[in-house]
Amino acid sequence: MSTIDLTVGAEREPFVDKPLTITDFVRYQGASGDMNPIHHDSSFAARAGYPTPFAVGMLQAGVLGTYATDWLGAENVRRFKVQFREQAWPGDVLTYSGRIAAVRDEGGERLVDVELACTRQTGGTHLLGWATFVAPN
Amino acid sequence: MDTSLEGRTGEPFTMVVEAGKIREFARATKSQNDAYDGGPHGAPISPTTFLMSSAFWQGPESSPLAGVKLNWERILHGEQEFRFIGAPPRAGDVLTGQSRIDKVFEKAGKRGGTMTFVEQVTDFHNATGELVAELRSTMIETSKATTEG
Repeated sequence: MSTIDLTVGAEREPFVDKPLTITDFVRYQGASGDMNPIHHDSSFAARAGYPTPFAVGMLQAGVLGTYATDWLGAENVRRFKVQFREQAWPGDVLTYSGRIAAVRDEGGERLVDVELACTRQTGGTHLLGWATFVAPN
Repeated sequence: MDTSLEGRTGEPFTMVVEAGKIREFARATKSQNDAYDGGPHGAPISPTTFLMSSAFWQGPESSPLAGVKLNWERILHGEQEFRFIGAPPRAGDVLTGQSRIDKVFEKAGKRGGTMTFVEQVTDFHNATGELVAELRSTMIETSKATTEG
């Protein structure tokens, strides 16, 4: 594994995903067990007053989580929090990004705090995220 | 929803962490991480948000809100937090989960009305009884229908 820059302010190269599809939502819903039809059934979404089904927030939260663990290690994550902001929709091109916010020592471990975001092609914020990792060796 | 819900608990449930489910979840969340595939490095580790799939192991009695009438069209998922004591669970782990309503509080909405925040915590213990993970879901009930969520 190459050395990871843990300087405060260091950023990971953003991940620009392919346009969101309802297939993405269905695949995540099958994996997670949340089968709310608002995310895949067009007529159900229309009856609820939405132009189309909209994205499952926890799907993008999961992508943001794995974006962070691909960076700092699956075994090392100790905390991950997301805040849901504006909705995401089929066709959206989402960009996942992260930066080192702090490095600190606590309980005999070196911890790394990161700030994360998932933004829409409009510039709008879909998710904000915060994570803490044990510093990778 | 109101503060009378604080302290309500659901029934405990058992969850087996499975390699195939981890792989399915990792694919669905577009991971590039070998740790979720297992192989020579040992049992696959679970992705950060994997414990959301504990839904498959829960029945209606597992929810601390069982029997409470809710206006789902006014409820948003505001925040979701995962905390791990040590590395996240691995395939083969057998966990016992239990959910509770930790906090209920109100705030004035920016565009009028009142928002009620409900924080539900689910603790996961391993087979030897150690706390290994804690999930915290913040749900927001608005006093009028919303188009965000």
